[in-house]
Amino acid sequence: MLVVDVVFWVLSAAAIGAALGVVLVKDLFRATLLLVVVFITVAGLFVMLSAEFLAVVQVLIYAGAIAILIIFAVMLTRDVQRGNLPNRIQIPAAALSALLLAALVWTAVQTPWNLIEEGDQAKVDLVQTGSVSAVTDEDLAAAGFDLRETGAVRKAGLADLLIGEFVLPFEAVSVLLLAAVIGALALVRPRIEE
Amino acid sequence: MSLENMMIVAAALFAIGLYGALARRNVLVVLMSIELMFNAVNLTLVAMARYVAPAGLAEDLARNIGGVLTGQVFAVFIIAVAAAEIALGLGIVFAMYRSSGTIDLSDATQLRN
Repeated sequence: MLVVDVVFWVLSAAAIGAALGVVLVKDLFRATLLLVVVFITVAGLFVMLSAEFLAVVQVLIYAGAIAILIIFAVMLTRDVQRGNLPNRIQIPAAALSALLLAALVWTAVQTPWNLIEEGDQAKVDLVQTGSVSAVTDEDLAAAGFDLRETGAVRKAGLADLLIGEFVLPFEAVSVLLLAAVIGALALVRPRIEE
Repeated sequence: MSLENMMIVAAALFAIGLYGALARRNVLVVLMSIELMFNAVNLTLVAMARYVAPAGLAEDLARNIGGVLTGQVFAVFIIAVAAAEIALGLGIVFAMYRSSGTIDLSDATQLRN
């Protein structure tokens, strides 16, 4: 087995084990810390998938902001916590989750995915591994591109996509964040006594 | 490390998050399970961006290569939406804690009764 396979299995086992801990562990603070473990192992899996920028964003925002917010909430509601208890529908919920897992695994294994072919992999790697703007003409020629038609390659990086092809969802997410900030302010405003 | 293996890991994370969101009484555990589901979806998207060829790549790579990182762009948007959602969700948790003194979902029956 290659080292990359061993690393993948270790990260996957850690992610799934920590996720089970988040849902099943009695103490809420431990569950939150295990959630941080899930976030960081998923960031490791992103690095294995050549998505380094996304891995850093994952650690910064998920492990760095969202997990801290959840820890604040756990600490501030400490006095009424009864721990991580199951409710009445836990058996049907477990059955439904198992059924969904089986359906997803069957779909993933059965679908004939249109994978990137071996010959195109070197060209696609230029786009996938980091800063496309730093790609030189020698790299393009070494990967097999015809130097006259490289315009699309130079514009295929994340930043160009966000401001180019996906500018509408980008602006929509800005509006969503504005709505979230206004909503949060409205929720925590003190009541005006009549 | 293939596409199917990554998708199976993501499916397992999603199923565990689904169980937590459905079958737990504590509001914060439900929110954490929803974050698990978001992460599973992000993992699937990034795995597909890595392995699956966008439409038309085999025929005309130089023109259609712009679609290779679409999965990662979508994952960035999902991370932004998840951050906004957790902030508001925790605001609602605090409002619930202030008004009814509990964060147990079995006690939150005001709409039912």
